[in-house]
Amino acid sequence: MQKRLVLDQQQIAITLKRFCYQLIENHDDFENTVLLGLQPRGPILLDKVVALLEEISGIKVPSGYLDATFHRDDFRRRDFPLKANETKIDFLVEGKKVILIDDVLYKGRSVRAAMDAMIAFGRPAKVELMVLVDRRLTRDYPIMPDYFGTKVNTLDSQHVVVEWADQDHAEDAIWITEKVKS
Amino acid sequence: MSQLSTRHLLGIKDVTETDIRLILETAANFKEVINRPIKKVPSLRDITIANIFFENSTRTRLSFELAEKRLSADVVNFSSANSSVKKGETLVDTVNNILAMKVDMVVMRHASPGAPHFLSRNISANIVNAGDGTHEHPTQALLDAFSMTEKLGDLAGKKIAIIGDILHSRVALSNIFCLQKLGAEVMVCGPITLLPKYISSLGVKVELDVMKALEWCDVANVLRIQLERQQIKYFPSLREYSLYYGINKKMLQSLNKEIVVMHPGPINRGVELSSDAADSEHSIILNQVENGVAVRMAVLYLLAGVKG
Repeated sequence: MQKRLVLDQQQIAITLKRFCYQLIENHDDFENTVLLGLQPRGPILLDKVVALLEEISGIKVPSGYLDATFHRDDFRRRDFPLKANETKIDFLVEGKKVILIDDVLYKGRSVRAAMDAMIAFGRPAKVELMVLVDRRLTRDYPIMPDYFGTKVNTLDSQHVVVEWADQDHAEDAIWITEKVKS
Repeated sequence: MSQLSTRHLLGIKDVTETDIRLILETAANFKEVINRPIKKVPSLRDITIANIFFENSTRTRLSFELAEKRLSADVVNFSSANSSVKKGETLVDTVNNILAMKVDMVVMRHASPGAPHFLSRNISANIVNAGDGTHEHPTQALLDAFSMTEKLGDLAGKKIAIIGDILHSRVALSNIFCLQKLGAEVMVCGPITLLPKYISSLGVKVELDVMKALEWCDVANVLRIQLERQQIKYFPSLREYSLYYGINKKMLQSLNKEIVVMHPGPINRGVELSSDAADSEHSIILNQVENGVAVRMAVLYLLAGVKG
């Protein structure tokens, strides 16, 4: 299968570090800020950002996992419903600055559903979006990331795959691959 | 796999172990949803559900209605007491008239065993059986299994005793099918007159002594004496039943082990279960009620989610 490397281990490490410094610049001491990883893959990136932020600034920012399966707009439009993942948020987002974190931004529909799901935990003061990869010119909804690792041009026939060394891969890497035709 | 093998939930007998596990996993997600400050999700916003109850119900109907509303479905309620059924309309005609108003799903309780099965052969909407006579009550069995799993983890190898009026209980039959599919060992216990003649052919243990049943089991699921279904006398008096088969806190404490006590409700306090046992630390009866909403949300979500 054809695949093209987007970011390698070293570039991803630099990107994560850059994310942390950008967050510190914009959110100072994180007094009123919370981070939410969007299931299923956002939490992996979230945990890394939270750990690195603590290492750099000494602050453990409150974080949680948000699943938007029940808020998706394709229910009954797919052959069968998607399996839900765990939502784990032990705080309210009322009046907070929320940073939603996911690995890849594609159509923008998951982020829309996630914002809908998030509101069940209160009315946030501000919402920002952080993604590792922004797939340019593919959006169905007017959604833009506030923090991104890289922007790539892709076709609908392609996947963007994020591999993590601690998730049974050789090393951290981001690839563009061709979808397997069924 | 996130798809049920069936379009309807007519009984636990008709579903697979994979279906049951999928429903229980999805129910865990919905339990988290109903504990949020805003307990509602928009999944079923373009679905209309008719709750058709030809038999009395408080808990099940409320639970289904809450589940439907928390999934954002439109809900219509029908009870036979003040309807055209009294004027001689047939079941299929009644339901077809309701479906003509563009209803997508039907939740039905009926006094006749097999009524939802019959309906499923005659109408196109998804059907959820909310109890058919003395036959099955699938969502009760699922919420019982969910509540047990919450307390004990995987049910494989666990020992569950169902105690009381087995003969007239749809909860007993659905529980037996469900628990066996999940790998648990099941015992039924009650007066010989309230045990169906061929119950042991389902692969369950049969015990007449309630104390022995309690000593054997990890979970005691205590059932109500269904006087309204009993056409003849099955035991001399409620007092005598309570004396021989009633469970109280003293009995539970004498066991010297962890035991979980369940009851599908409504409880006849002082008959099958004393107040001190029903309200004791062993009891998870109110958890069952909470879990009922989550389990029913999971069933409706999974049945409605298949592309029509």
